[in-house]
Amino acid sequence: MSRHPELGNIDRSRTLRFVFDGREYHGHPGDTLASALLANGVRRVGTSTLLGRPRGIFSAGAEEPNAVVQIEEPFPEPMVLATTTELYDGLVARSLSGRGRLADRPDPCRYDAVHAHCDVLVVGAGPAGAAAARAAESTGARVIIADSGPPAADRTRAYSAPDPHGLGTGPQTRVLARTTVVGYYDDNYLVAVERRTAHLGLDAPPDLARERVWRIRAKRVVLATGAHERPIAFAGNDLPGVMLAGSARTYLHRYGVLPGHRAVVFTTNDSAYATALDLAAAGLTIAAIADSRPEPAQDWADRARAAGIEVLAGQLVTEARGDGEVASVLVGTRELPADLLLVSGGWNPVVHLFSQSGGTLRYDERLGALVPGESPQAVEVVGAAGGDLGHGSGEPLWFVPAGDYSRHFVDLQRDVTVADVWRATGAGLTSVEHVKRYTTAGTAHDQGKTSGALTSALVAHATGVAPGGAGVTTFRAPYLPVSFAALAGRDRGALHDPVRITALHDWHAARGALFENVGQWRRPWYYPRAGEDMAAAVLRECRAAREHVAAMDASTLGKIDVIGPDAAEFLDRLYTNLMSSLAVGSIRYGVMCRPDGMVFDDGTAIRLAEDHYLITTTTGNAAAVLDWMEEWLQTEWPDLRVTCTSVTEQWATVALVGPGSRAVLGDLAPGLAVDRAGFPFMTWRETEVAGIPARVCRISFSGELAYEINVSSWYGLSLWEAVMSRDVTPYGTETMHVLRAEKGYPIVGQDTDGTTTPQDLGMEWIVSKKKPDFLGKRSFTRRDTARPDRRRLVGLLPRDPEALLPEGAALLAGDRMAGHVTSSYPSAALGRTFALALVSGTHTTLTTRSGVAADVTSSVLYDPGNTRRDGAETETAAPPAGGFEAPVRRSPLAGFEAEFDGLRLAEAPFLTQVNVRTGTPLTPPGTAVTDGETTTVWLGPDEWLTVGPGAARGVDVSAQRTAIRITGPRARDLLAHGCALDLHPDVFPPGRCAQTLLARTQIILIAESDGFLVLVRASFAAYLGAWLLDAATEF
Amino acid sequence: MLLIPCPWCGARDEVEFHYGGQAHVAYPEDPSALSDEQWGRYLFFRENPEGDFAERWSHSAGCRRWFNVVRDTRSNRIKHVYLPGEPRPVTP
Amino acid sequence: MHPDRLWRSAEPRKSYEVVIVGAGGHGLATAYYLAKNHGITDVAVLERGWLAGGNMARNTTIIRSNYLWDESAGIYEHALKLWEGLEEDLGYPLLFSQRGVLNLAHSLQDVRDGVRRVEANRVNGVDAEWLDPAGVKEVCPIVEVSPEVRYPVLGATYQPRAGIAKHDNVAWALATAASALGVDFIEHCEVTGIEVSGGRAVAVDTVRGRIAANRIALSAAGHTSVVAATAGIDLPLQTHPLQALVSELLEPVHPTVVMSNAVHVYVSQAHKGELVMGAGIDAANSYRRRGAFHIIERQMAAALELFPVFARAHVLRTWGGIVDVSPDASPVIGLSPVENLYLNCGWGTGGFKATPGVGWCYAHTIAHDEPHPLVAPFTLDRFTTGALVDEHGAAAVAH
Repeated sequence: MSRHPELGNIDRSRTLRFVFDGREYHGHPGDTLASALLANGVRRVGTSTLLGRPRGIFSAGAEEPNAVVQIEEPFPEPMVLATTTELYDGLVARSLSGRGRLADRPDPCRYDAVHAHCDVLVVGAGPAGAAAARAAESTGARVIIADSGPPAADRTRAYSAPDPHGLGTGPQTRVLARTTVVGYYDDNYLVAVERRTAHLGLDAPPDLARERVWRIRAKRVVLATGAHERPIAFAGNDLPGVMLAGSARTYLHRYGVLPGHRAVVFTTNDSAYATALDLAAAGLTIAAIADSRPEPAQDWADRARAAGIEVLAGQLVTEARGDGEVASVLVGTRELPADLLLVSGGWNPVVHLFSQSGGTLRYDERLGALVPGESPQAVEVVGAAGGDLGHGSGEPLWFVPAGDYSRHFVDLQRDVTVADVWRATGAGLTSVEHVKRYTTAGTAHDQGKTSGALTSALVAHATGVAPGGAGVTTFRAPYLPVSFAALAGRDRGALHDPVRITALHDWHAARGALFENVGQWRRPWYYPRAGEDMAAAVLRECRAAREHVAAMDASTLGKIDVIGPDAAEFLDRLYTNLMSSLAVGSIRYGVMCRPDGMVFDDGTAIRLAEDHYLITTTTGNAAAVLDWMEEWLQTEWPDLRVTCTSVTEQWATVALVGPGSRAVLGDLAPGLAVDRAGFPFMTWRETEVAGIPARVCRISFSGELAYEINVSSWYGLSLWEAVMSRDVTPYGTETMHVLRAEKGYPIVGQDTDGTTTPQDLGMEWIVSKKKPDFLGKRSFTRRDTARPDRRRLVGLLPRDPEALLPEGAALLAGDRMAGHVTSSYPSAALGRTFALALVSGTHTTLTTRSGVAADVTSSVLYDPGNTRRDGAETETAAPPAGGFEAPVRRSPLAGFEAEFDGLRLAEAPFLTQVNVRTGTPLTPPGTAVTDGETTTVWLGPDEWLTVGPGAARGVDVSAQRTAIRITGPRARDLLAHGCALDLHPDVFPPGRCAQTLLARTQIILIAESDGFLVLVRASFAAYLGAWLLDAATEF
Repeated sequence: MLLIPCPWCGARDEVEFHYGGQAHVAYPEDPSALSDEQWGRYLFFRENPEGDFAERWSHSAGCRRWFNVVRDTRSNRIKHVYLPGEPRPVTP
Repeated sequence: MHPDRLWRSAEPRKSYEVVIVGAGGHGLATAYYLAKNHGITDVAVLERGWLAGGNMARNTTIIRSNYLWDESAGIYEHALKLWEGLEEDLGYPLLFSQRGVLNLAHSLQDVRDGVRRVEANRVNGVDAEWLDPAGVKEVCPIVEVSPEVRYPVLGATYQPRAGIAKHDNVAWALATAASALGVDFIEHCEVTGIEVSGGRAVAVDTVRGRIAANRIALSAAGHTSVVAATAGIDLPLQTHPLQALVSELLEPVHPTVVMSNAVHVYVSQAHKGELVMGAGIDAANSYRRRGAFHIIERQMAAALELFPVFARAHVLRTWGGIVDVSPDASPVIGLSPVENLYLNCGWGTGGFKATPGVGWCYAHTIAHDEPHPLVAPFTLDRFTTGALVDEHGAAAVAH
């Protein structure tokens, strides 16, 4: 054992057991795995990748190239630095040969991320960092201090650095221990990783995030990242027992470990003398100090000699010898027995983060190292990182001249030698980047922390340029390796991406619906009954819609309220057809194209008033269409007096389809004239359905008599239950697709692909000839767009009526590809299979690659005369009026309430909300003003939201969003997990509001006296609720 | 993660914004009067300078307002922020 | 002579028959095939930095030819066939590994698009298969195919002949072979302007002086717009950062290449054992070879959904390249509005895999002053006629 009896910052009262390479050892709290291994006399910690040579612990920190081990217990983790891994009881690790092993099972741990803001971020809590932090604290600044080491309280006797005790005493200071800043990005955005539970080993609480990513926005950054000691290349410099000199001093003082018994010190500078003296004082024999300088600093040399250490001035270590570890050291021609060879080739300031900031680097000849120059960002570098090494340095020495360089190692982990570098330069490579890639030097786990400067110097030497003239490879993030899981954070599993659901979702799930992902939405795909497969279920649903009555949840369709004197003109410019001629009370189908003429979206426009439309979009395109409208309005046509408001979640929409739909509607809406003449096709009515105020549209996406019933989404489930009480068959998206395909209605994105014009879809009728212009019009006459042999939408009937063409299948005319199948289904109504396809040229028959022949037909295969959409001439008797339950309103997060330490979450349901557009400011920007029970919230320069019963003129969006109230002293901390705003009370006091992102959803955030009100779109509420509870796990 | 100064909401993280490409590309007064080549240029050709670039952003997760910035594409530094319809500021 | 001697670094001469601007993979391959196929060896390849130090040094090395449209399949399949013989042709190990590529489908529309692409590939003679989730698992056992995840894997297209190669080796092999045939490679020789006289390109101005040329061929990727502008040519290109990253070396876990456009992940495990991953493109134009961090975070989240066993792997290094993206995500190759000036740009994220194919066809185009038939569809003219080769429109339209 080589533990010093007194020195070290370890808790000797406790013993930790650990296993390395199958053998059990003991260490103490305060040890790293490396220090514990050294204390146990373990010298070999790895085997080199290519050459299979034994490798030992080379350093005491992040620059370690050798002691990269595999953790096996408590959970497999590849390639972990033994020199920075805090020891814990039960640790099981093994040595590696350059390659780690991933677990074959999922990681059970949690990970998270937090946003933070500060005036000053200090990176590194060594003496320089501590001084900078204290100075910043004294000005009252908000300070964050990030340091890779354990917290100061764990360092019972801090070594060398002034005691970091006393840091973090400022009222606005946050000390992040075990936190490494790994990346420095534009606009002083820095990313740090905090290791929170790994040091607890098996005792790590499962509900604590194991690692946390800190996303820090700092007004000013102070880098106190220190310096790494440089090795020197000489023969056998990779043997276990060769160690950086300063690291040996660290092992002695921090861990009370004597890394050997008899040492030779090989140095180019003064710094190694302190190591030699300290080790000698601790009882280790220093055989000699070989100092490359002919004239070492007199005072250091005198002190060494006074301690009985021989100083060999102007002498070089030419070889480390030994079988598997250092046994002797050759200095010139003298062979000195030794089991430890301590090397100092000078120091490299750790300039990684500074360089990442966009800072320039300058080669300092005195140091033989790169030092910080100028940065475009607000950053300063202090202490050793800035080149202030506090001791003299000598002539840089990179390698010891020899005849054979095949055992002079440059990159210990990649087994790259000086000979390899010479081979690269000899092959004609002169750029360090080429040499790096050719030799692989600097590409290993340590990313060249010990080898980079050396490689560069060797290239300079070989190519005859001045030292430093060869440049270095780029310092890339991350400074230290970061686990994938840490970067993924909380965005895993169900929280990976919001699941948007409608007000009826729970009903669908309870009825066993299978779901389809459409964008972020989860939509019922079909509702299999016991024993049914998909085909059987869909045929049954289709039959119900064609023969009886069926209903679908169509709430996911995008809905945009368009209002203003120029609304009609605006829509005329966006749609290919005329919308201005639409009568109030009527509805028209429309197609939007991009300026390139390709179909972008389709839907309906409902004219509510002369100056007021409601348009619908496809499910997946709702946000894109609203963005599109705003883009044109704001950037091209600001003179148009129109405003657009999303009301997608305001409305729950039930499509009621089938010959029996009129009877059901008539039964549920006794006040509504439902007869053919009273409620014609493509009109809408306002009424009550099942006792709920509703807008009913007589539109059809199936060719059948059909209605879309829209109610406040609070009442969506009540409406649906009332409909279902009338023996109506629920159907999903698959049936919807079949029904529309039978009628030849295309689905944007399925029967179009971004290269499809309305004409390609056979929809010339929807392209206005009257309008002088609309988006896309000009493109239709381009040579390729006007080409007669473009692909056009056709119908296909396979010769074998049972044969189902695969969607996507190529269609061949002879051996030439004529097109592909876009939609294909078995049809209950047709009693056979059919398909839609985009096909170029005129054909009567096409075949698939497997030889299935299909006849080309019109794309309208069912009821081409549209005889069914108005229903029967005379109604069958209405079904017995069973009445309906009194409607019940339901909020998206009904019952959501949770209490944590210092934190309370609860839904604030059913708030009246009105979107108000006005040029007359209601409240100042960024503020929410409460008057009585109503709060007026600033949303934008001409947009406000009133929340509460106070009357306001605008668009009712009460059910569009729900509210979550987050109260308690830790409300801010919770929000910081997913909100990038600076929520500090000085910056975001009560009365402030913002539209921003929380986790992966947009919110309106209002600061209240005891917390926050978060308004979230109803479809995202379940996701956000789950996310908040997940983030609050630690509270 | 750029910090983009929304003229209405203040500086916000890049993820709150939607990029709109080059600014000051007006929709042609009369597209039907353009040749196919001129129309093609309007549709597909945008400046791509290495240096100052006048471009559009929308604060899509915030106030949903579009605005213009001049940004140096070499450094990503934003030099000017201004409203649609305003002329491009002269960069020294 | 050094036994491992690579290419010869040359001093610029006063004039050349052909000057190629950009010593990336495409520039190198073009020089090689100019010399080899067309006997044109009076060629200089000018490079602003170090040879093959741009996207050639930064890409994720995926090689495949399973593109949807006939035009794309033509050029990429030509490239893949050349890849299959390139190691032998160049006499240099390229670590070309045909380990197959899976393109995952996560929605019903992804499935339709995938099947459509497989079918089109088969018609075009490109190997392709459609795999169901079980088939995906068989090819790459660590892919999570449970239907319970947020975006389940519903299937995948599989191209067995696709794979990866070692990008640096490819560059060095091409440079060495071309150098042996007499081509000059001139590094740190940024082109600052193209001299046009009487509608003809006659010389390039460089930081190392003027170099005259009878033919000037651009192959400058993200900087093409800047160079072309000096000849008065506007191009429909936008330059964006694209990021990639690697993990530490790991024991083999991932036998193929997996791409998921829907969640912006592509990953393979390189020969030494590191996971090589590409991320999504930054939205905003930039010439800064550095992407935004949130894209990496997002990419990791997506990667762990697909590969839960990656949780404890570590990101060792991230980097960015800058790619020139065209409106239809297809390249622009061929003649330019200026006589004797040739264009090869707009490859976006797809340039590496096309390297030998582009070199072959671009060399032909330069040698004959006429587009090679395989690149003829990729003219600038398509932005006037509307005959785009829209590889992203066809795959990424919302439902």
